[in-house]
Amino acid sequence: MRVRSWLLGIALLVTAASAVEAQAPVKIGMITTLSGPAGYIGAEIRDGFMLAVDIEGGKLGGVPVQVIVEDDGFKPGQGKQIADKFLKSDKIKLITGIVFSNIAGATVPDVLDAGAIYVSPNAAPSNFAGKDCNKNYYVVSWQNDALHESAGQNATNLGYKKAFILAPNYQAGKDALAGFKRYFKGEVVGEVYTRLDQTDYAPEMAQIRAAHPDVVFQFHPGGLGISFMRQYQQAGLLGTIPMVVAAPSMDTTILKAIGDAAIGVNVSAHWNADFDNEANQKFMTAWRSKFGADRLPTFYASQGYDTALAIGAALKGVHGDLGSTDAFRAAMLKADFHSVRGAFKFGNNQHPIQDWYALRVEKGSGGKPVLKTIGKIMSNHGDAYAKECKL
Amino acid sequence: MNLLFEQTLNGVQFGVMLFLLAAGLTLIFGVMRIINLAHGAFYMIGAYGAALVGERTGSFAVAALAGLAAAAVAGLVIEYVVVRRLYARDHVQQVLATFGIILLVNEGATILFGRQPLYLPIPQLLSGTVQIVPGVPYPAYRLAIIAAGLIVAIGLAAFINRTRIGMLVRAGSTHREMVRALGVNIRLLYTLVFGLGALLAGLGGLLAAPLLSVQVGMGEQILILTFVVVVIGGVGSIRGAFAGAMVVGVVDTLLRGFLPTLLHRVMTVSAADALGGGLSSMGIYLIMALVLLIRPQGLIRAAS
Repeated sequence: MRVRSWLLGIALLVTAASAVEAQAPVKIGMITTLSGPAGYIGAEIRDGFMLAVDIEGGKLGGVPVQVIVEDDGFKPGQGKQIADKFLKSDKIKLITGIVFSNIAGATVPDVLDAGAIYVSPNAAPSNFAGKDCNKNYYVVSWQNDALHESAGQNATNLGYKKAFILAPNYQAGKDALAGFKRYFKGEVVGEVYTRLDQTDYAPEMAQIRAAHPDVVFQFHPGGLGISFMRQYQQAGLLGTIPMVVAAPSMDTTILKAIGDAAIGVNVSAHWNADFDNEANQKFMTAWRSKFGADRLPTFYASQGYDTALAIGAALKGVHGDLGSTDAFRAAMLKADFHSVRGAFKFGNNQHPIQDWYALRVEKGSGGKPVLKTIGKIMSNHGDAYAKECKL
Repeated sequence: MNLLFEQTLNGVQFGVMLFLLAAGLTLIFGVMRIINLAHGAFYMIGAYGAALVGERTGSFAVAALAGLAAAAVAGLVIEYVVVRRLYARDHVQQVLATFGIILLVNEGATILFGRQPLYLPIPQLLSGTVQIVPGVPYPAYRLAIIAAGLIVAIGLAAFINRTRIGMLVRAGSTHREMVRALGVNIRLLYTLVFGLGALLAGLGGLLAAPLLSVQVGMGEQILILTFVVVVIGGVGSIRGAFAGAMVVGVVDTLLRGFLPTLLHRVMTVSAADALGGGLSSMGIYLIMALVLLIRPQGLIRAAS
């Protein structure tokens, strides 16, 4: 009798212990930019990611997850410190979240060297797409150059012959101008690298005016974009020289800050709120019910959401066990999820192959300017570095 | 030619902004011998005050008054609570105390207003462009800043040289003890001077708010340049602050505008822009070093 109750007790304990172990949530570390002029970008990525987690009730791909979010403050050193903490103290094996390529450049090598997995919801500098590609490094957003190649193609399609191009002097800025030039068939009459901490663009406005271009292409994400557009308008250039940009230079937050003056700007992107595929409708409905109809998601939020879905599909494939990064890789590369962009698959360098669309800022039905999708620029477009990657 | 003219105007506008800050800083140091690192905080407070009120009311005039009031009040409060105890202390302690004020104000702003930058729209009247030289449509708002700065410069010069209080300020900067011995309320004078310095900094902040973004830490960026201006121009002299500000503003802008283009001919664009940007930031400090070597009291000696 007593032996039986002892045995029963032990059996229950063992079941409980293993049950608890099976339910220990997978820790996901998110290092993102939550402060400064670009702080809203990190907040959007986090909110999109957590929306996917909330929809599944604290799980991704059926596996319980615990997301730990930290702010890198737009400082590469801080991003590195947080990654250190995640890897060494918190023993986290799956990290995501970085917005800016300079922070990625300082942080991602540490993550990969420690044998952990990094999934990028935004930053995708060219070196990691080519010769420095790594089997534990995945990108769900785009490859930096490819984003701007779509803008170059858009400018060519729209018939512009002389372009003046600007971007901040860091990896993503260099990728931007390189990408634009790769697909723009006209002449580049001016090429300027601004500073990443620059707030006053008056000298650049004067240079643009003196060069007499047909079109201006600029890549200034976040608060930089708001300052640039406002000063472009104040200098009297917005009405005279048209602008072709890629999505980060005219996201819904920048659009809201600029207002009607932005009407007519051409934007190229891989996602827009008005896409009518089923996955996007589910995303938009869930977003509206959580955040209200007044807060329109930027594409950063859609990328955060897609990243969560991609990670969920991989976690489902390995049943929540991050012990084998090869097993995780096999599950991840299947891309067994429905992206809000529509068509999505991974290339050999683990960056997306996707479609690019032409948008334009037009007056919406509510009287406010909105981004309207007007056509497709490229289909199944990968990136220029895939062949340099040995994977 | 048009490009040179436009870039020079940009330089003058930048110089005027620096002058507003440098005038206050040089007054405070000249009269009270206080190294006020917290001067940038007043710049930020002026900008925040204007941005917050501008958002609520939509009127730039009201926002401007709010920004000025906020900066002046902050100046008076900080003088009464902290700076008053620093007059007899040595410079290291002054630096420490005012540095502490910067941290306090920055964190306070983050707690109260969050980390997202605020924006203040340009007043409708000034949102267009003016063609002062045909072919160069220059933003009307920047012209207004130049005009405002020049008016302040003239007004300040008149205040210092033609009024009774101005006379007391000049006397106090020359010989504090004598002024006190003559029965003047030196404490009140100091409070007023500090408040005036803060007001000028706040004016700079609220004028800059529609151009740049209003965010925590915006004061530190411009404070370093302000110190350079004060050193170049001569500590304690308003005219020196004006001269120094114009030199720094114009040289910095012209270097930034033309050096990269000149370097494009000998190296790749990205390298040229990086090197050009670095050299042009260095240019100001090189000038400061030259001034310190050749004429350490600054370009214009303090009006004594």
